[in-house]
Amino acid sequence: MERKLLSGDEAVALAALDAGVALGTGYPGTPSTEILETLAELGGRAQWAPNEKVALEVGIGAAFAGARVLVTMKHVGVNVAADPLFTAAYTGVSGALVLVSADDPGMASSQNEQDNRRYSVAAGVPMLEPSDSQEAYDFLLAAMSLSERHKMPVMLRMTTRVCHSKTLVERRGGFPAARAPSFERDIAGRVMVPGYARPAHKKLRARLDEIQKENEKSPLNLWKKGDPRLGIITHGITWEHVQEAAPGASAFRIGTVYPLPLEQLRAFARSVERCLVIEEGDPFFVEQLRSAGIAVEGKPEMYRFGELNVERVRRIVAGDVSPEPPPLKATPPRLCDACPYHPVYGTLARLDCIVAGDIGCYTLGVMEPYRAMDSCVAMGASMGVGLGLRHVLPEQQARRVVSIIGDSTFVHSGINGLVEMVYNPPATGHVVIVLDNGTTAMTGQQEHPGTGRTIEHDATNKFSIEGFARASGVKHVDTVDPVADPGGFERLLKERLAGNDISMIVARRACILAAADIRKWDKQNAEKAEAGGCGGAC
Amino acid sequence: MGRVTNVVVAGLGGQGAIKASDILADAACRAGFDVKKAEIHGMSQRGGSVTSDVRFGDEVLSPMVPRGEADFAVVLEATQVEVVRPVLRQGGLCFGPDFLDEKALPNRKSLNVALLGALSHHLDIPEPCWLEAVKAALPERLHELNEKAFAAGREAAARQGR
Repeated sequence: MERKLLSGDEAVALAALDAGVALGTGYPGTPSTEILETLAELGGRAQWAPNEKVALEVGIGAAFAGARVLVTMKHVGVNVAADPLFTAAYTGVSGALVLVSADDPGMASSQNEQDNRRYSVAAGVPMLEPSDSQEAYDFLLAAMSLSERHKMPVMLRMTTRVCHSKTLVERRGGFPAARAPSFERDIAGRVMVPGYARPAHKKLRARLDEIQKENEKSPLNLWKKGDPRLGIITHGITWEHVQEAAPGASAFRIGTVYPLPLEQLRAFARSVERCLVIEEGDPFFVEQLRSAGIAVEGKPEMYRFGELNVERVRRIVAGDVSPEPPPLKATPPRLCDACPYHPVYGTLARLDCIVAGDIGCYTLGVMEPYRAMDSCVAMGASMGVGLGLRHVLPEQQARRVVSIIGDSTFVHSGINGLVEMVYNPPATGHVVIVLDNGTTAMTGQQEHPGTGRTIEHDATNKFSIEGFARASGVKHVDTVDPVADPGGFERLLKERLAGNDISMIVARRACILAAADIRKWDKQNAEKAEAGGCGGAC
Repeated sequence: MGRVTNVVVAGLGGQGAIKASDILADAACRAGFDVKKAEIHGMSQRGGSVTSDVRFGDEVLSPMVPRGEADFAVVLEATQVEVVRPVLRQGGLCFGPDFLDEKALPNRKSLNVALLGALSHHLDIPEPCWLEAVKAALPERLHELNEKAFAAGREAAARQGR
């Protein structure tokens, strides 16, 4: 069969299509975004959810109905989805549910480098981890099959280098057809009141025990016999670095991250003189192996930080803890020259505002010349952080606080903070600035509920940011084009900061990179509507 | 692992570095090599540094080119030439934007494909594989222009004997 050069993300999408996935859903986040985009391009059914929690819940519902489902997000997205995840491990599913967690060691485009292998243990969800695009394809199929056989959610953990590297992929055939979704009532299995949840927890542990036994024989783990003086236990992309850095060594590549094939690993450790665990991120395997009584050597602490690569693996093998050469002097990203947010940040800097910021391109307002951002914690956090600052700061400082949030981020989880503002307004009021550039710009211009277009850019119902704020009880809701009227924006902001009301200013102007496409899609959709169709909304 | 050729393509976001590495990887794939390509997308789109590693040969393991082991660097932005230099092995070749007279190019946007043309002079990838890869990566209206750019780079490299 023909081999194609695919990224790990593209390979997952292709596998989802070949596995007969009925629905793919998620929220954009580097490095996971391309999975659903590719699934849509390939003709699969994919959709963006407003956030990861909703995506996973939609996925759980579809899997309760017997469908095969793919849910994708970046590592920090799993934090948002963690609530349903932990209980979905108890309920299990009737079809198949695979959650892709795309981790970002080294933080190429993230606010932390949390290691989501820990979620597998914490939630009791089996986890697989591929090392290249072929395995991304094969492991997605294996994860679907595992989920369907054991009737429980399964996580596929990937990292930036597996998601974005391109390697050759051969498509497989013969995945058994999915059955047609149909509702079967299972009240005790899905209604997690304590009386049903207690036995469900026991059932989960019994399922994990079964899978642990299966994993001892799983072909997803690789034992490479080599020099018995050095054995390396590794995983993911690091497996590729290990083969290059220590070609003669014995190695055990873990594909089943959880539950671990502990007896296999015990035998491997026994078979070598020095057993070294080389893992990217936290000492996750080291902890698991040691608590199982398997003596292994971990990497020095300095290699917990950032990605591993061939050079760093060579150093770990050599026990080298001398300072590493500095990274290449990269030019940092910045706001595009024609970005509509420039006038907004100019005003915030001039007025010396205390800016509770958020996550998106506009976080780059922290860079010179503006330095106009004072916090960036999590998606949607600008709202709560801004309110907290307002509640306790002395009045003169409290009056300078604004929350600044992008359109997609507002829909993601700023909404909850807005409700908090209405319910617990600070004595000085508060000002929320929504930077609406009509797209999820940072991750590569994805649609979201506020654009009124689907993942395939067809027309659908449009969520109104101003309408939501007004209906919630925000006193003043204004919309300004910050490029056409920068003076008007500044005057309005000054006026709102001086008052004691809760207010929202929507600074609306299309992203310079997306504007032409947005015009094209809107025109196409208008033409479709005029031709008597519904523009895809039906 | 047999002989592997290591190429690093670098530039700033929006200059076509990723597109160039896509074309190179596809051309190597069409020539029958094992190929891997690694890069970081995301924030770098906003005018920041972009580097993309392409490795091909009989069998490629890590997708990332170890520092000091690149055989070639293709650099689309003058300010990035010195930044990228440490990736090259001793005797490795760097094709920067000054490798070609800008007047020899159909337009500035085609610099990425022109420098691939220069690189192609040194690689064991048949010319038809390159041209198919260029066409596969670009819309039809840009085919002729980019074929010209590729030829200009290839000729310049042949002329200079490097």
